Amino acid sequence: MHCLSCDQEIIVEVNWNTLFKPAPEPKLCPSCEAKLERIAGKQCKRCSRLTDQTVCPDCQKWEHHPTLAGALAFNQSVYTYNDFLKEIIAKWKYRGDYVLREAFADAFRDQFNITFKQIKKDAVLVPIPLSDRRLQERSFNQAEALAQVLDTPYQQALTRIHSEKQSKKTRHDRLASANPFQVKTPLNKPVILVDDIYTTGVTLRHAANVLRESGCPKVYAYTLARG
Amino acid sequence: MKSFIHSARSLITPTYEWIPTPSQPSSAPFNDDHASQFHGKLLIREEIPLDDPTFRSYLINQLFTAIPSIEKHLWGHRCRRCGTRAKRHFAPIPCARCDETHVYCRNCIEMGRVLACEPLYYWTGPSPNWSQQDHACHWDGNLTTYQQHASDQIVKSMTTPKAELLCWAVCGAGKTEMVFAGIAALLEQGKRVCLATPRADVVRELVPRFRTAFPHTSIQGLYGGSEQKDTPGQFVIATTHQLLRFAHAFDGMIIDEIDAFPFHHDPSLLFAANRAVKPTAARIYLTATPRKQHRKRVRAGKLATVFVPVRFHGHPLPVPILQLCWQLKKDLAKHQPPKAFFTWYKQRSHPDRQLLIFVPTIELAEKLTRTLQKYFASSGQTIKSVHAADHDRAEKVQQFRNKAYNVLVTTTILERGVTFPSVDVVILDAGHHVFDEAALVQIAGRAGRSPKDPTGEVVFFHDGKTEAIVKAVKSIEAMNKRGRRL
Ligand SMILES: [Zn+2]
Ligand SMILES: [Zn+2]
Ligand SMILES: [Zn+2]
Repeated sequence: MHCLSCDQEIIVEVNWNTLFKPAPEPKLCPSCEAKLERIAGKQCKRCSRLTDQTVCPDCQKWEHHPTLAGALAFNQSVYTYNDFLKEIIAKWKYRGDYVLREAFADAFRDQFNITFKQIKKDAVLVPIPLSDRRLQERSFNQAEALAQVLDTPYQQALTRIHSEKQSKKTRHDRLASANPFQVKTPLNKPVILVDDIYTTGVTLRHAANVLRESGCPKVYAYTLARG
Repeated sequence: MKSFIHSARSLITPTYEWIPTPSQPSSAPFNDDHASQFHGKLLIREEIPLDDPTFRSYLINQLFTAIPSIEKHLWGHRCRRCGTRAKRHFAPIPCARCDETHVYCRNCIEMGRVLACEPLYYWTGPSPNWSQQDHACHWDGNLTTYQQHASDQIVKSMTTPKAELLCWAVCGAGKTEMVFAGIAALLEQGKRVCLATPRADVVRELVPRFRTAFPHTSIQGLYGGSEQKDTPGQFVIATTHQLLRFAHAFDGMIIDEIDAFPFHHDPSLLFAANRAVKPTAARIYLTATPRKQHRKRVRAGKLATVFVPVRFHGHPLPVPILQLCWQLKKDLAKHQPPKAFFTWYKQRSHPDRQLLIFVPTIELAEKLTRTLQKYFASSGQTIKSVHAADHDRAEKVQQFRNKAYNVLVTTTILERGVTFPSVDVVILDAGHHVFDEAALVQIAGRAGRSPKDPTGEVVFFHDGKTEAIVKAVKSIEAMNKRGRRL
């Protein structure tokens, strides 16, 4: 077994326990694994940012947004978007190294089952879509790939109009941009949106907004990283 | 059965018979520049900057030929771009382009992803008309007797189909000038040549030197992040990694520092170097410290060799002084150089020389620099550290070359390629495993590079001689002996 990130060989210790009941194969070497920071402890109850406040200033601002206020019940993220995760996610989605998903699949599943234990029973997952052009470019949608590791059904209920790369925009541009999403399949159940990164939260709120306008009672977000 | 044998054979040695031969002159319309831009390259669609209609018409007219990118064998896969067949380098992807799940190559993904559903493209249009100059090389310097001898051998090999020659030249032999004539000989016949080197720094340094020496030749410098990937070159100076984009392109190939990392460690680079040349091409290998596999072939008389045992300024190589320090590991754990270092430092014969200190790890380089800063501050000596993870690496090296500071602490990243005119060289913990024989010889070779200061002190501080240390000293002495004999 080699580390998916640094390609170092991973030496798995064999003891009496692992001999009879093999542990799941590690995907990252201990030193790469240690660079991932799980979000734990005090965080904003709306967006998962690490803070002592119950609701962080950004989320307080969102409550006054003319059109997007209240669109999203809350977001839960799994990891802090640190330099290491930034590098891995970039390699995963921009270079297209699909298998890197396995590096965080287990944690992504575990956290989901904790946070959405009750909610997931009658909710449906909706991965944030890519525009057709972007999907052709990357040949997979990272949000869909994440939704697939969860044991809750997902539906491609949204479509996205092609626009400039999100990562090239400033915060101001992003907040001011028009809603790129359209509802393909209206859903009248609670929805858990799935995406790779929560940065400003505007993308997820745009998606939540169109879903709610088409009859969805409540929208949550579940993301791999809190930027 | 036949395919089984074929498959089994290809497990052991990669074959290149899938590379198409360029067709005869085509009547299809195309832009002349594209022949020189794409000739001999093996590219994924994303690397071909043509719009879809143009690209499609080129494909229909067989100016480009599509080649399956990943071979499927009974034993697994092989990527045709990088040659890997390691299982872990092939991962499945549910692909939205073709709606199927298939593999992609993880090994060469940094150069753009190779998907099994997408071909590699190879130029099969007319070959470019490279210029045929009467005199390609305008360098008018003089070669030493040894350089001249090597240069003559290189010319002879370069112009002989399938020839192979190992040029075993000491650090500071002046190898760049020795290959000028060989390169010129092929360029003058309208042929295409490549000089491959493991390091981007070296490409950046060589390109202007060759442009001056070969003013009327189109020269292309290729390394990760270089900007002019599309300007075609009759003469290509590239990092070994960039060879992953070539197939049957060159009539002659010079591989610089054939023993060096990463060529030595990454089998896909050897695959790429073999594929990048035409089957008839000549190959020249340059090295100061050949690896076992090459030495074996030399001894067995299976690899022609030319020695250049003397530096271009005629002085022998400095022989390292070995200094045993029992407390070395303890001192280094405290980020302190051993006492013997200070003793040597105070008594060195040319205190005006700059000092290069090699240490085994990045961490030690940084911490030791902090310790020494305090020590040197009183005498007005300035010190910096440079290592692989350093963003200002190029700038700091240049500053040291400009004598902007006195002492440079570094790791094996500066073991080769870089030259400073007047330095003493020290290794702290020369017995550490990162310092293999080749590294030690290369490091010692940093001293005495300039004709104005052709000597220099080289001291290996260690806490027990390793085989590598003993062999490195022996090999330096052997070269000096060979130099005296000639
Ligand atoms: Zn918040
Ligand atoms: Zn490959
Ligand atoms: Zn495909």
